[in-house]
Amino acid sequence: MAATYTVTTRTPASSMAMISALVIVAILFAAPYFASRGLIQDLFFILTMLTLAQFWNLLAGYGGLVSVGQQAFVGLGAYALYGMVILMGLDPIISILFAGIAALVLAVPTAFFAFRLQGAYFAIGTWVIAEVARLSVAQWQAVGGGTGTSLPRSALREMMLVGWIESAFDVRASAARDILTYWLALVLAVATIAGIYWLLRSKPGLALAAVRDNTEAARSVGVDAGRMKWFVFLTSACGTGLAGGLIYLQKARISPDAAFSVTDWTAYVIFIVVIGGIGTIEGPILGVLIFFLLQSVLADYGSWYLMVLGLIGISVMLFAPRGLWGLISERTGIQLFPVRRRLSGGTIKKREG
Amino acid sequence: MIWVDTILQGVLLGGLYALFAAGLSLVFGIMRLVNLAHGDLIVFGAYLILIVVSVLGLHPFLAAFIAAPVMFVFGWVLQKAVLNRTLGDDILPPLLVTFGLSIVIQNGLLEAFSADSQRISMGPLETASVSIGPISAGVLPLLTFGSAVLVIVALNRLFYRTAIGRAFRATSDDPTTASLMGIRPDRVFATATAIAMLVVTIAALYLGTRANFDPNVGPARLIYAFEAVIIGGLGSLWGTLAGGIIIGVAQTVGAAINPEWQILAGHVAFLVVLLVRPRGLFPRGN
Amino acid sequence: MVLLETHGLTARYGDFQALFGVDARLEAGETVAIIGANGAGKTTLMRSITGVLRNAAEQIRHKGVEIGHLPADTIMKRGIAMVPEGRKLFPSLSVEENLIIGGQNKRGRDLGDRIDSMIARLTGAPDPMELSAGHDGVGYWTLETIYDLFPILKERRHSPGTALSGGQQQMVAIGRALMSNPDVLLCDEISLGLAPVVIRDIYAALPKIRESGASVIVVEQDIGQAMAVADRVYCMMEGRVTLQGRPSDISRDDIHAAYFGEAA
Ligand SMILES: Nc1ncnc2c1ncn2[C@@H]1O[C@H](COP(=O)(O)OP(=O)(O)OP(=O)(O)O)[C@@H](O)[C@H]1O
Ligand SMILES: [Mg+2]
Repeated sequence: MAATYTVTTRTPASSMAMISALVIVAILFAAPYFASRGLIQDLFFILTMLTLAQFWNLLAGYGGLVSVGQQAFVGLGAYALYGMVILMGLDPIISILFAGIAALVLAVPTAFFAFRLQGAYFAIGTWVIAEVARLSVAQWQAVGGGTGTSLPRSALREMMLVGWIESAFDVRASAARDILTYWLALVLAVATIAGIYWLLRSKPGLALAAVRDNTEAARSVGVDAGRMKWFVFLTSACGTGLAGGLIYLQKARISPDAAFSVTDWTAYVIFIVVIGGIGTIEGPILGVLIFFLLQSVLADYGSWYLMVLGLIGISVMLFAPRGLWGLISERTGIQLFPVRRRLSGGTIKKREG
Repeated sequence: MIWVDTILQGVLLGGLYALFAAGLSLVFGIMRLVNLAHGDLIVFGAYLILIVVSVLGLHPFLAAFIAAPVMFVFGWVLQKAVLNRTLGDDILPPLLVTFGLSIVIQNGLLEAFSADSQRISMGPLETASVSIGPISAGVLPLLTFGSAVLVIVALNRLFYRTAIGRAFRATSDDPTTASLMGIRPDRVFATATAIAMLVVTIAALYLGTRANFDPNVGPARLIYAFEAVIIGGLGSLWGTLAGGIIIGVAQTVGAAINPEWQILAGHVAFLVVLLVRPRGLFPRGN
Repeated sequence: MVLLETHGLTARYGDFQALFGVDARLEAGETVAIIGANGAGKTTLMRSITGVLRNAAEQIRHKGVEIGHLPADTIMKRGIAMVPEGRKLFPSLSVEENLIIGGQNKRGRDLGDRIDSMIARLTGAPDPMELSAGHDGVGYWTLETIYDLFPILKERRHSPGTALSGGQQQMVAIGRALMSNPDVLLCDEISLGLAPVVIRDIYAALPKIRESGASVIVVEQDIGQAMAVADRVYCMMEGRVTLQGRPSDISRDDIHAAYFGEAA
């Protein structure tokens, strides 16, 4: 009668996935040793979009907060970095931290306003705030006003670690900067995925799923839905701001229209998550790869490309609302990042009566 | 005196924003759907009118009469074939599908008409104005405002005085029980969106004749419309007009102080209202 | 003549099966009562007949036509009206509007029906116009005759439907269903939560309703009430019909057994 039960969230596929993930991350870290500069730039793009997508997925897929205003945090994070470098003379790498802090600071009033709006109106509310941020930054003459500005050459040249990479890899300064930002993007993406995975498996994370599924029910079992919403919104904003700072550190040139672009920093991100599979960690990973492939094939066609992307997004939402990863895991039962707890061992005795 | 003039311009501009908002408000009121492509649909309507004007050589007002039934059918099919599938308890599908639609329309228009800005020519009407004493107002802005008032009166009559309006309200209350009354909710929703597209056509007419437009101006119109709806209070069409006027006046006053502040001032006015009256100025009691 | 019948009707809510092969019928001119404890499946049966819950074809026939697969609005336009459980008045509509809306779409002739009919001819889908052709919705019931039946509603006709007392709301719900001059009227627990005097007033309308030509199914938890008004009674338990017959042929013990299960 001593049936032993074990509660686990691990599945055979997930153990395999853990090992492969470690191997992949190790290879990615080593990439600058063998990859071309072009490949490094592509990987940088993929990793930063992946980070943005994971944070949007945390918001919308897990928190039920559909924001169309994440460009506010990308833009403000990026501008905070430029402000720190240009006005305070800080090292760009250190300034990335301020990108996260600035986004966090903006997120407080944003949440304060947007949380007054329900559902779809929340979405547009975040968009209004992003517009306000864009228009305000465009008034900030010290960083170039409406036309934007570049990072000063001197700051780029003296950036920490760049010199070391230059000599270690025997490359020029600009390539060394790409390598450095790539490594940072890799760290950020891995930390984001690990952090979100950890969050979802922790107690508050399970509460989060409860909030998404049913706010009323969650409240009745003592989950503070309001506090969870704040936590998720602020975390996502901060992470999005860090990514924004990093993206524009790599670009070395900024303008309000680009940094606060709803297409680049929200529409693309939404498509990545929707196509890959909303509400899963695997979804955005798959989504960003598909997105990158589509972009490589179709980018020359400009607006056709966006139309196709939009149509794919609509079709997925209509016919496979859980995205490609949803289809795959439905067919195969594979979960690489299982968050649901499973009961195993023992025997479930039928109740007689 | 200049201030009186500025405020008058703002009020009249508010009429345009109320026109942008009326369709959004109608659709939301009936099926709780916020169409993120609403602004792009207005721009789409403006291009449609532009085509009719340039191909058939018609006056824009007549062209709008031709565009209206096309938009009506388009709205009906869009709702029936696509948007009805997204309705339900989950807010994600309608949002993401209409967001996708917004991107598709914008880029479709870009592909078809390029990013060049266009304008639907009204001839001498564009510059005509009437003056009462020292105050003068453009005829076109006055027409816009008058149209907004007419549209709101018409929608209110439709809503509260007709069989379709009864079906709208009943379906909005409870689609299942409505179906026991011989009403098919799908069709009611399709009709509502079709009617919203008629309002969109009127909005498009004034969008296209009062200023330049290009394929990318849709999202900003959506935002103004949304702000007007929230300021007015969900479900109140007269409130929406008041909301439009507040945004309009804030924008013209902002622009009078510093031309770069025009749009920002409108948004700030919205945030202030949201701060002090989170449910809008005229919330429908419940 | 059999007006309405079900054959082996099953119904499920997701994984949960609520009806297990219900056979029942309603003859023209009859009043049938359905009784059963909470959760027996009475409302589910009503929802299946009216098309609110979609069914397999071949399980429900109305005047000889399969209706199980039809949408709710087409079934209503064939002349099957329902007074839903819990009244379900439209809060945004006044009393009079609640009544009017019951009759405004009683015939399958609106533009939407015409369009769907055209599509149906092309695709072979059920044609709503053809399917509702036998019912024109014209008959004894108009706004006036409903106000004659329930005079209090005329006094309160401009109030919002939800501002009325429970009994008055039930009158509106009955009047709303009658406005389409149905040949089948389904009433789901019209006495629920009402005081005995009010229940008496509401049931007083039943003879008039029968006289107007409607056959009636009443769902009742009050066994005495059901026995008093019905020509035949069905008793349901756990999704099955456990007893049927004329009230005069059924003993108290039979009912007790059919209602609560074996233990008598
Ligand atoms: N929407 C639903 N989803 C899931 N199960 C349901 C649903 N509606 C009813 N049920 C279940 O179906 C069974 C039959 O319910 P039904 O409402 O038909 O009973 P009833 O006989 O009308 O009861 P009552 O006298 O309480 O109205 C019940 O077990 C109920 O829990
Ligand atoms: Mg019931």
